[in-house]
Amino acid sequence: MTRIAIIDYGLCNLDSIARALAECGADPFVTSDPSALDEAEKIVLPGVGAFAKAMENLRTTGMDVALNHHVVDGGKSFLGICLGMQLMANGSEEGQQAAGLGWVDATVVKLEAQSPGDRVPHVGWNEVDAQEGAALFSDIDHGTDFYFVHSYHMRCNDEGIVVSRTPYCGEFVSAVARDNIQGVQFHPEKSQKMGFRLLKNFLEL
Amino acid sequence: MPTLLYKDTTLVKGVGFESWRRVGSAMQAVKVYNMREVDELVFVDITATNDKRQPDFDLIDDLADECFMPIAVGGGIRSAEDVRRLLMVGADKVVVNTAAVDRPEIVTEIAERHGRQSLVVSIDAKKEAEGGYQAYVNAGTRPTGLDPVALAQRAEADGAGEILITSIERDGTMEGYDLDLVSAVARAVSVPVIASGGAGNYQHLAEALEVGSSALAAASIFHFTEQTPREAKRHLHEQGYPVRL
Repeated sequence: MTRIAIIDYGLCNLDSIARALAECGADPFVTSDPSALDEAEKIVLPGVGAFAKAMENLRTTGMDVALNHHVVDGGKSFLGICLGMQLMANGSEEGQQAAGLGWVDATVVKLEAQSPGDRVPHVGWNEVDAQEGAALFSDIDHGTDFYFVHSYHMRCNDEGIVVSRTPYCGEFVSAVARDNIQGVQFHPEKSQKMGFRLLKNFLEL
Repeated sequence: MPTLLYKDTTLVKGVGFESWRRVGSAMQAVKVYNMREVDELVFVDITATNDKRQPDFDLIDDLADECFMPIAVGGGIRSAEDVRRLLMVGADKVVVNTAAVDRPEIVTEIAERHGRQSLVVSIDAKKEAEGGYQAYVNAGTRPTGLDPVALAQRAEADGAGEILITSIERDGTMEGYDLDLVSAVARAVSVPVIASGGAGNYQHLAEALEVGSSALAAASIFHFTEQTPREAKRHLHEQGYPVRL
């Protein structure tokens, strides 16, 4: 069974992602201890909450350094979920301009309503249009609905990392990937069957 | 989204916020709705605030473990610390009603600490004899002197991510949502509005979407009739509304 570290930085619920990964056949453990990443084969950075506070918590515990060590230098397979995906960017305009992990060339910006039906935050199920052949979306139909809860999204300077888009507030990037690093703006752990499919795909990467 | 109201040890459903009937166990309901792949659950402990109790964190922990869909949890929330604990045991969002009126700063505190997407401000409103609407708190027992539309606007400005607007008179009647109320709130704010109170058939759901709500909460229709969330969504889909099937 794949040992997966779920990073706890004190802001959000981790039981559902832990339970979902266990249901998918992994052996997850929740940790806020940077040294615990040594025993992880894969790493999940979940998250709901405020960008600046999340980065502050990661820095305070030294988790940012450990993540860089294991994911960027060590090449461990990584999945950022929601805020966890956003933290992969250079920075965010949320709250005070905060710097992120800087793993992908992107900035986190606020969703802006484009039509009267667009409400922000974007809360609910919406379609994800993944690029053909994307490993994370193997056996998941184009346009499958996943569950979103967010007010910010990732604006990619590097188009090469875009894996999926979602037609809301115009359109935004709902999944990215670069080498061993992937991020999804939606919550697979709350997206029932297709969410589990995506997590299984991540386990098989 | 089905609404689960919790009182003492079981789920209940009333009419006009009174005459509560028991409708089964919370865990059972969560498991059933899981299988039926509903879009989201709302779980509210309706006596916690009036009994001056905290949210039942252990109960929510157990329920959330079985819940592979979003769950919004309310009842008894009085501080950002309560919210942190609820999110830590597995709630995806919290629902605040009385505290948002008695201590409006809590809305900002929660939004700043956890992001506004984690916060639903719930407003229970009643039509007044002299015209207009008034918001009530403490499970509909205490009038606030506040206009629900103004309260919704203030909650949005303070950091609410969604507004859940419930008509007290329509609650449990299955006679349809109070469309004037839903429409007034939906027009006044730009965050998503969840209509609640009165859904009795699929057409009622469509009507609330038509007047601007972004999501629909319902309870009696699922507790007391043969109608199901899945069929409801199919019905709305056939009418051209964007829903997840």
